[in-house]
Amino acid sequence: MAKSLAELKAIREKKLNEINLRHGKNGYRVVVGMATCGIAAGARPVMVKLMEEVDAKGLVDVTVAQTGCIGSCRLEPIVEVYDANNEKVTYVHMTPEKVAKVVDQHLAQGKVVDEYTMTVVDGKVIDPTVKG
Amino acid sequence: MAYKRSQVLICGGTGCTSSGSMTLVKELKKELVKHDILDEVEVVATGCFGLCELGPVVIVYPEGTFYSRVEAADIPELVEEHLVKGRPLDRLIYTEKGDGHHPLSINELGFFKTQKRIALANCGVINPENIDEYIAFDGYLALEKVLLTMTPVDVINEVKASGLRGRGGGGFPTGLKWQFAHDAVSEDGVKFVACNADEGDPGAFMDRSVLEGDPHALIEAMAIAGFAVGASKGYVYVRAEYPIAVNRLQIAIDQAKEYGLLGENIFDTDFSFDLEIRLGAGAFVCGEETALMNSIEGKRGEPRPRPPFPANKGLFGKPTVLNNVETYANIPAIILKGAEWFASVGTEKSKGTKVFALGGKINNTGLLEIPMGTTLREIVFEIGGGIPNGKAFKAAQTGGPSGGCIPASLLDTKIDYDNLIAIGSMMGSGGLIVMDEDNCMVDVARFFLDFTQDESCGKCPPCRIGTKRMLEILERICDGKGIEGDIERLEELAVGIKASALCGLGQTAPNPVLSTIRYFRDEYEAHINDKKCPAGVCKHLLDFTINPDTCKGCGICAKKCPADAITGEKKKPYTIDTAKCIKCGACIEACPFGSISKG
Repeated sequence: MAKSLAELKAIREKKLNEINLRHGKNGYRVVVGMATCGIAAGARPVMVKLMEEVDAKGLVDVTVAQTGCIGSCRLEPIVEVYDANNEKVTYVHMTPEKVAKVVDQHLAQGKVVDEYTMTVVDGKVIDPTVKG
Repeated sequence: MAYKRSQVLICGGTGCTSSGSMTLVKELKKELVKHDILDEVEVVATGCFGLCELGPVVIVYPEGTFYSRVEAADIPELVEEHLVKGRPLDRLIYTEKGDGHHPLSINELGFFKTQKRIALANCGVINPENIDEYIAFDGYLALEKVLLTMTPVDVINEVKASGLRGRGGGGFPTGLKWQFAHDAVSEDGVKFVACNADEGDPGAFMDRSVLEGDPHALIEAMAIAGFAVGASKGYVYVRAEYPIAVNRLQIAIDQAKEYGLLGENIFDTDFSFDLEIRLGAGAFVCGEETALMNSIEGKRGEPRPRPPFPANKGLFGKPTVLNNVETYANIPAIILKGAEWFASVGTEKSKGTKVFALGGKINNTGLLEIPMGTTLREIVFEIGGGIPNGKAFKAAQTGGPSGGCIPASLLDTKIDYDNLIAIGSMMGSGGLIVMDEDNCMVDVARFFLDFTQDESCGKCPPCRIGTKRMLEILERICDGKGIEGDIERLEELAVGIKASALCGLGQTAPNPVLSTIRYFRDEYEAHINDKKCPAGVCKHLLDFTINPDTCKGCGICAKKCPADAITGEKKKPYTIDTAKCIKCGACIEACPFGSISKG
């Protein structure tokens, strides 16, 4: 249905509230980088696991969304968690196993999983690629 | 996999291996066995951390404790203290600028600090398949403002005043282009808006990222362009190799139609606009505007002579405005925040920002958007995080196969359209390939010419035949068969092709050759006169030799050699039969003592 200007304005305000104002400690917005780079790095199974775990734990205040390329393609799959104040935590090189722990610790209990965030030394992201 | 309580990462990059990291692995495993905790701790050899000067580097997870300059003698204490007793070994922790802290948000990284995001503002933030999220971030507000409060001339003047120039390569002022299409007379009143999303430069993915991350921005901008020039139909020409981008754009178009943001009488005004996707089959020449329009019309993807320019006689012979994806992605922000705001970013003649796809020999490969006027040094060393493995920067290629290389001496050049042209390169669509000391510049020129030669449509002789001749000369130089005068022959052909080719592809094809000759003439001369490749890339100019003084006669190289070119007796120096050697380099990688060299 074509939307009138008033309806667009209503959508804008409603959605912005959904995105920005999440209430309570469980109110998180989680975005997964799902551009070509993210998908190639394995973002799809991460996304699926994330939705399964959020569902299984019944976290109704958590919204999960896919998003485009954030630019640091080498750190994909990237999962970012925005809290109620719009502060975000970036998890890099995610896997389905890691994301399950993020759901359990961060989304359900509000504890950031430090070990999955970036490690920076001397201004450089320590970003090891495991040799086979 | 069994649960491990701790992971010890040891850098196995070239730098750390040469400072002894593999001995650390052995020593570590020995100590773990001694303490009977081998089952609990995982030891992982990793790729380069990019901190070779601090090597050998060891990181212990889950704490992320960062140890630098670890020696084999330190390992027993490290295992005892950290892995057995759980106390990080302070004396080895790198503390100069932090001991491996965990920034919470990716935006705290140096990679993001100097960036400014206009075209990519929503990428990585909103869900591209949800129109409501785009609307929440002021989406379609610019279209509303244009349709309800502005005239087409107002819009064109605003775009002109912003100083926005085409982001596809040429850098033509966008407002002026719109003005031409607006002023052009169409007998039946039909005009078109088109978008060039046929991103074909090797290593470039700026447009793909916008299409995948923020497709509604393109739709909104094209509708605005349609209003400005008086067109009610638009085409997006996107390559079929971008299935995710095509899919998201189609979803976005369908959503916009459902909301009445595309279609008849948008916002109850007289303005109607519709969009259609046309898929390209991956021909590089179809990124050239006239070839692109032929392809949309269902004809063979060949360029046609200009004039007439597309603004007067474009798609189906009608006045057409054609911009690339990134150019359009700037439009909604210009309309909403104003031309003055946009023009406050950038340099005198290049306003706003530019998106680059950073690749090649660089630590932080990825996508970045910087204000015009940022220096190449900032891009490579601050945002890009420098060159991996402690190698030296040699050159950066901008503009892909149409551009040129920028040597280290010009690292402080402020990146904008005019400065890049002045130093023999061009902005291009935004591919930025970094090369280090291991890249041969003649080989780089040969690679790009091989690409353009392959992609030449064959319509005009200068491009069809001229680039072929240039490629032949480059190939023989790389094969060690270069003859005196080859450099001059290349230059003569290049000048001729640039002046006489029909379209942009041919006119710019010689650029990589000219710029490498300009800045790295000595490498060409070394290939031709001395039959040497200084960077050690051109196989025909290399000889592999084993140093008899350091060879221990282990025989690993002989086992690895696929051509059976290495022979010898155990515990005595081995030798390479250069006639059999195929110069693959497998022996160099295999040798544990670094005894094999090429040159």
